[in-house]
Amino acid sequence: MANSHHSHDDSSHGSFKSYMVGFVLSIILTAIPFGLVMFPTVSKVATLWIVLIFAVVQVLVHLVYFLHLDRSVAQRNNVVAFAFATLVIVLLVGLTVWIMFSIHTAMMAH
Amino acid sequence: MFGKLSLDAIPFHEPIVMITIAMIAIGGAAVLGLITYFKKWTYLWTEWLTSVDHKKIGVMYIIIAMVMLLRGFADAIMMRSQLALATEGSPGYLPPEHYDQIFTAHGVIMIIFMAMPFFTGLMNIVLPLQIGARDVAFPFLNSLSLYLLISGVVLVNVSLGVGEFARTGWVAYPPLSELGYSPGVGVDYYIWALQLSGLGTTLTGVNFLVTVLKMRTPGMKLMDMPIFTWTCTWANVLIVASFPILTATLALLTLDRYLDFHIFTNELGGNPMMYVNLFWAWGHPEVYILILPAFGVFSEVISTFTGKRLFGHHSMIYASGAISVLGFMVWLHHFFTMGSGASVNAFFGLATMLISIPTGVKLFNWLFTIYQGRLRFTAPVMWTLGFMVTFSIGGMTGVLLAIPGADFVLHNSLFVIAHFHNVIIGGAVFGYIAGFAFWFPKAFGFKLNEKWGKAAFWFWISGFYVAFMPLYALGFMGMTRRLNTTDNPDWTPYLHVAFWGAALIMVGIACQLIQIYVSIRDREQNRDVTGDPWNGHTLEWSTSSPPPFYNFAELPKANEIDAFYAAKRDGEAYPVPAKYSDIHMPNNTATGLVMGALLTVFGFAMIWHIWWLSIASLVGTIVYFVIHAARDDQGYMVPASEVARIEGEQHKILASVRNAQANTPVNKLEQA
Amino acid sequence: MSNLVFEGAKGHDHGHDHEHDHGHHDAGEMKIFGFWIYLMTDCILFASIFAAYAVLVNNVAGGPAGHDIFELPYVLGETACLLLSSITYGFAMLAMHKGNKSGVLGWLFVTFLFGLGFIGMEINEFHMLISEGYGPNRSGFLSAFFTLVGTHGLHVTSGLIWMAIMMYQVNKNGLTATNQTRLSMLSLFWHFLDVVWICVFTVVYLMGTI
Repeated sequence: MANSHHSHDDSSHGSFKSYMVGFVLSIILTAIPFGLVMFPTVSKVATLWIVLIFAVVQVLVHLVYFLHLDRSVAQRNNVVAFAFATLVIVLLVGLTVWIMFSIHTAMMAH
Repeated sequence: MFGKLSLDAIPFHEPIVMITIAMIAIGGAAVLGLITYFKKWTYLWTEWLTSVDHKKIGVMYIIIAMVMLLRGFADAIMMRSQLALATEGSPGYLPPEHYDQIFTAHGVIMIIFMAMPFFTGLMNIVLPLQIGARDVAFPFLNSLSLYLLISGVVLVNVSLGVGEFARTGWVAYPPLSELGYSPGVGVDYYIWALQLSGLGTTLTGVNFLVTVLKMRTPGMKLMDMPIFTWTCTWANVLIVASFPILTATLALLTLDRYLDFHIFTNELGGNPMMYVNLFWAWGHPEVYILILPAFGVFSEVISTFTGKRLFGHHSMIYASGAISVLGFMVWLHHFFTMGSGASVNAFFGLATMLISIPTGVKLFNWLFTIYQGRLRFTAPVMWTLGFMVTFSIGGMTGVLLAIPGADFVLHNSLFVIAHFHNVIIGGAVFGYIAGFAFWFPKAFGFKLNEKWGKAAFWFWISGFYVAFMPLYALGFMGMTRRLNTTDNPDWTPYLHVAFWGAALIMVGIACQLIQIYVSIRDREQNRDVTGDPWNGHTLEWSTSSPPPFYNFAELPKANEIDAFYAAKRDGEAYPVPAKYSDIHMPNNTATGLVMGALLTVFGFAMIWHIWWLSIASLVGTIVYFVIHAARDDQGYMVPASEVARIEGEQHKILASVRNAQANTPVNKLEQA
Repeated sequence: MSNLVFEGAKGHDHGHDHEHDHGHHDAGEMKIFGFWIYLMTDCILFASIFAAYAVLVNNVAGGPAGHDIFELPYVLGETACLLLSSITYGFAMLAMHKGNKSGVLGWLFVTFLFGLGFIGMEINEFHMLISEGYGPNRSGFLSAFFTLVGTHGLHVTSGLIWMAIMMYQVNKNGLTATNQTRLSMLSLFWHFLDVVWICVFTVVYLMGTI
């Protein structure tokens, strides 16, 4: 009874292939940062940037391949909600770090 | 066995508190007794307490808000009278340890337990009707949200008689709110009351966002939605974005207090200033959550009572959106003086001032709507006009405070107190009272008494100015907030005047209570027979007053702004369908009530460190919910014949009204 | 629930039973969207805790810093558990869409085991730290660490409890529309927790060791 509604399902779902692609990408995007930190190869600054960028990319991989976010109309609401949450998070964390770091400098707080 | 709880928790030695408890107990017993005497328990249970109907839930929210208004205002009268008496060295009648709880409770109650439930109640009653929906997206969750609010209300009120409340101010900054400086249960009452009610609010935000995005009547585009629905939607966006910050911040404080963590402590690497930062990252969006729905009320009231479409419908939506987004970039203006330096202060000061621009857009839109209209001076309109003047003044003092240099002088002074009461009372409270008067007939089927409504308005607005204008002066003269005695003779006359302002507001509140009594007494003379007492523009006015429990027999047609006005204009109002369909409705459920009750016990147990009871009540809550979910209640069908019967009765009434009147006057529609 | 929202669906005739089904189906889609919005609030909750961690990360109060106590191979093991559990949940969802009840139950069980493994490893890590005197009450940094990682762990634990309940319900009632909706919501929850973990191992463990 339930499977007949397959074609009406508004929240898209993946396929074996898409899950595997996501999985393999995630492994690579995890292994490299761990490897670079455990066995320092490049400078600390470079390692930091790579680690951060790979994390952002892996989050996007998860969103696309596991959480099925895409540009379809069906996913539009989800994408907008996520984009707004991201904006709030960037403001919250970014401004907080700026504020607290400035206080730290100005107030010589411990 | 009972944790920290013992009979010592009851403040026998404080006569004021004991008398208050006695009055509450007697009053409560009287209410319970009356319900029993009139054999209304079954009615109360089936029609109200287990209801998942948004209209009933909304009414219950507003009743709670009004009761808590009385408690919060009692706190205000105590503060004003204490300050009027305790001048020039006199101690007054409220010692500091009592006074500190009063100003803390006043803030918490007015913001969290009066203003939030008031707007939530109005939104509950009106929003689904405005978008032509039959209920909200998640009716059970709606009930649960109500009971989570009630949990918070219960805890705050129990704190009066069992233990104490926080003495930290409504913001509860560490290190004062940490265990070292607040070893009692007061801050714990504060934490759990806010966590539980905050969870309810967050769920409401989710509920109404899904409702607006997924349950509009077919044909209603987002940009066509009424402005009250839009401002509530922006408020809900703010809720889901900001309340998690409060949840996290209070949880961090809880970890410090309960498990000896060092997030906000002074010692071992904590950072108390981080609390201030996180609290206001929530706190500022919170005040926009309070004001936006009020702005929406004013839009509906002005357009309805001028008979014109609201000027600048689209720009209202964008302006509200701008206010919401900017509201996430200004929170540091609450702590300019905490030492982040000129660059940071300048950024946040500028962003704060920027918000006055979209706010100004809204104000001018209202003025342009009134211009060349024929404004009917009903009570809701009086509150709206009072808002326009009062809120503008409050907003301007806000722009003044937004200048960091000025704020360095005025931070924590009575100038700040005057400013925020100016915008909250003049803005939010006036808006909710206007909304209450505007939509009361829709909810209950009869109008409120206009005379007492206008009397209430005049006492409120004059009381407001008499109470708070002196506080602006006192702020400039150097008086700080949260003082319970003063010794500067220059301040005394202002404190006396302010007290009489509070007395005037008290008369205003009394007028409102009398208004409710008189309106109920005279309800037959003031029946709203057609459901459209004001010649309204939006879909809620197309239903009967009160609406049938399913709201709409057939989902209404809505292809443009002001859908009901359009229908009346085109002669398509009150259509009689060829055939009625069965309607799918959700069942009542006691689960929200039970979960709320268990979580109240959980909060109480956590406050008093009765660990076995915390675990039991929390586990019980989860188990009860899982059982409810497993039952997978699919609701019931209302047969088409029943729908036809109910609709037939209303159509008969409408027909007889039409026969009684030659024409139904329709005001000229002016394009924006 | 009683509204008929024909978003994206093709036209249908208005037979009563079919309307009924549509109402249910759209109710499921609404619930999933509502759950997604709740997950956005959870993201912001975690962001607040991340912000607190960022502020407190250097407040070691004379105690250990990250690089003194983090064991990256161990964390890699935890990450593997969670990532594998995400994949196996994905397989469970594929089975669900094919109507394969035993497949769903099997893959859910494997997911549960991986999740349990993750939690077990995390409890062990916490236990080791506390027994060495490096518990959350030692410093601001450690308080923030335990809070951030612990909050994630509590979420995973809640997910495991939910998963056990779903296995019971699917076993008992089969792949009903309600169970499918709930499995979809749990799927979002589970993947979201893996996303948060990416941020945790990056910000806490990797950046703490660089």
